[in-house]
Amino acid sequence: MSRGDHDADRRRLLRAGAIAGVGAGIGAGAGVLGAGAVRTREDALGRTAAGSAADAEAAPTALIGEETIPFHGTHQAGIATPAPAHAVFLGLDLRPETDRDAVLRMLRVLTDDAARLTAGTAPLADTEPELAAAPARLTVTVGFGPGLLQRAGREAPAWLAPLPAFAIDALRPELGDGDLMLQVGAEDPLALAHAARMLLKGLRGAATVRWRQQGFRRAHGTVRPGTTMRNLFGQVDGTANPQPGTPAFDRAVWIPEGPFAGGTSLVLRRIRMDVDTWDELDRTGREEAMGRRLADGAPLTGGGEHDAPDFAARTENGFPVIAEFSHVRRARGVDAADGGQVIFRRAYNYDVAPDPGGAEISESGLIFASYQADPRAQFLPIQERLAELDLLNQWTTPIGSAVFAIPPGAAEGEMLGQSVLE
Amino acid sequence: MTASVPARRPVLLALGLLGLAACTGPDDSDPTPAPGSAASDGGGAADSSGAGSAPADAPIAVADAWVKAAESGMTAAFATLTSTADAPMRLVGARSEAAPTIQLHETASDGSGGMSMQEKEGGFEIPAGGTLVLEPGGDHIMLLDLAEPLLAGDAVEIVLLFEDGAEVPCTAQIRDFAGAQEEYASDMDGMGDMEGMGGASDGGGEHAGHEGMGR
Repeated sequence: MSRGDHDADRRRLLRAGAIAGVGAGIGAGAGVLGAGAVRTREDALGRTAAGSAADAEAAPTALIGEETIPFHGTHQAGIATPAPAHAVFLGLDLRPETDRDAVLRMLRVLTDDAARLTAGTAPLADTEPELAAAPARLTVTVGFGPGLLQRAGREAPAWLAPLPAFAIDALRPELGDGDLMLQVGAEDPLALAHAARMLLKGLRGAATVRWRQQGFRRAHGTVRPGTTMRNLFGQVDGTANPQPGTPAFDRAVWIPEGPFAGGTSLVLRRIRMDVDTWDELDRTGREEAMGRRLADGAPLTGGGEHDAPDFAARTENGFPVIAEFSHVRRARGVDAADGGQVIFRRAYNYDVAPDPGGAEISESGLIFASYQADPRAQFLPIQERLAELDLLNQWTTPIGSAVFAIPPGAAEGEMLGQSVLE
Repeated sequence: MTASVPARRPVLLALGLLGLAACTGPDDSDPTPAPGSAASDGGGAADSSGAGSAPADAPIAVADAWVKAAESGMTAAFATLTSTADAPMRLVGARSEAAPTIQLHETASDGSGGMSMQEKEGGFEIPAGGTLVLEPGGDHIMLLDLAEPLLAGDAVEIVLLFEDGAEVPCTAQIRDFAGAQEEYASDMDGMGDMEGMGGASDGGGEHAGHEGMGR
């Protein structure tokens, strides 16, 4: 009895703290939860960072768990915002009976839950509100498949369809497509797991989980912010990306007009990387396949990571320094009439259990998330060239594929997808 | 009272997107606003009413009001009520078009490891400047003999009634929820469906009953 009363009192205290001020709620809640532990840790972090003058600018002034990324805005978060260490991509199928009204109800719940979770506030009906208190830069990004638009009685963009089949593909249906996509990212895997579960609890009356793909990058604080990620082949991955906040990025990524204006498209490819056969390739071969140095991602023609490759440069023997079969050359379309497309890739690594009983010790790869205003004009030509010739194809196999339309961001009081569905 | 939930849905759509607080504002004390009265303002109405203010004559702020989705029968509503009064306030009842009968319930251990709920005689006191949390497994508002299915993603208007005559309207968001399955005390009358609170809404029809998932 007394134990129950105590717990109830504590819950009330927590709620009261959260209500005291919208902005201060997170901090107040955290303080009540474990004031001593949180404070000690904060101090320890602060001292550690201050002691190492190497990176004084990055000295933490607050716990990463308390940091939030705004949910509301012109664009959905989770695309132009820095990619956090952890992400989960969820593909859902609408239940057969989910009609237009049910789609709208579902999206209202989803919008409200996402807005609260990303602010570090427990959604309504959250049975584990403590897990929502430290969002750790949580973002929730929602995409529509053609099925959702059809169910809602709205025309889908012409590009919103599965990609054409490529000879390199070995697609597994259970890893692709879907009516609804959630991309949830956070610096903390526990915050991420809770958010994903809460969002799914709000959705399950209207949809079922088709696939779930969990991915990771470096843990927060491991490398300097802005460092290009590395994949499990050890390659610097994503050097050619346009930089968020630049006109080049805006042109490449955001849809300029129509119901999806301010939105974008997501091409999500699960690319299996055969790390076991990759092991057989020596360092020179690996760099030639890529066209870049492994050490720093610089083109084989020299300079730094972000210096332009010199595709005309030749070796003493007259061969291109950046080989014709290399990934960077094929992706850029240097030798093609229709080259020069720009996409924004925001990939995550995956490393899961290999098939039981098999000889392989790894099942690894890349959750290749590519955002672009028009996948047919931007993504498809690149993919076609790579499918035709790219030495990396020897060690990589697309096993999942999906295309989603990402509606623009929601203003406060709006529902995600409102401009598309209303 | 004739239920008009479908007609109100356009209104509720806008209200359903409130941020943190679901209480209506001082100028929106009519518990059954005409369709369009709130929706016409779009986000602006939501923003102003989302501030958690209350009518000047009822110093009670309602936050995070929500109702467990149910197809029929009964369900429960929850919220956090914060008083700015300098004297205790007593919540003695509620009314809503969603249900003809509404009771205030408390939850207590039934002495055999379970929890049972029963009507709370005299309602709930909110101390001066204090907070009352209505939550699953604790004090809550029971909606009986639901007029229509309450579907997750919609919302219902509930007017909270206080002992001093004050009325505080609020908008409660409907959410699917697996919990709040306490047994009812055996001496309860008029509880209708004794199977437990209604089936969860699915937003469109039948689905694999997540109500039944073992917890």
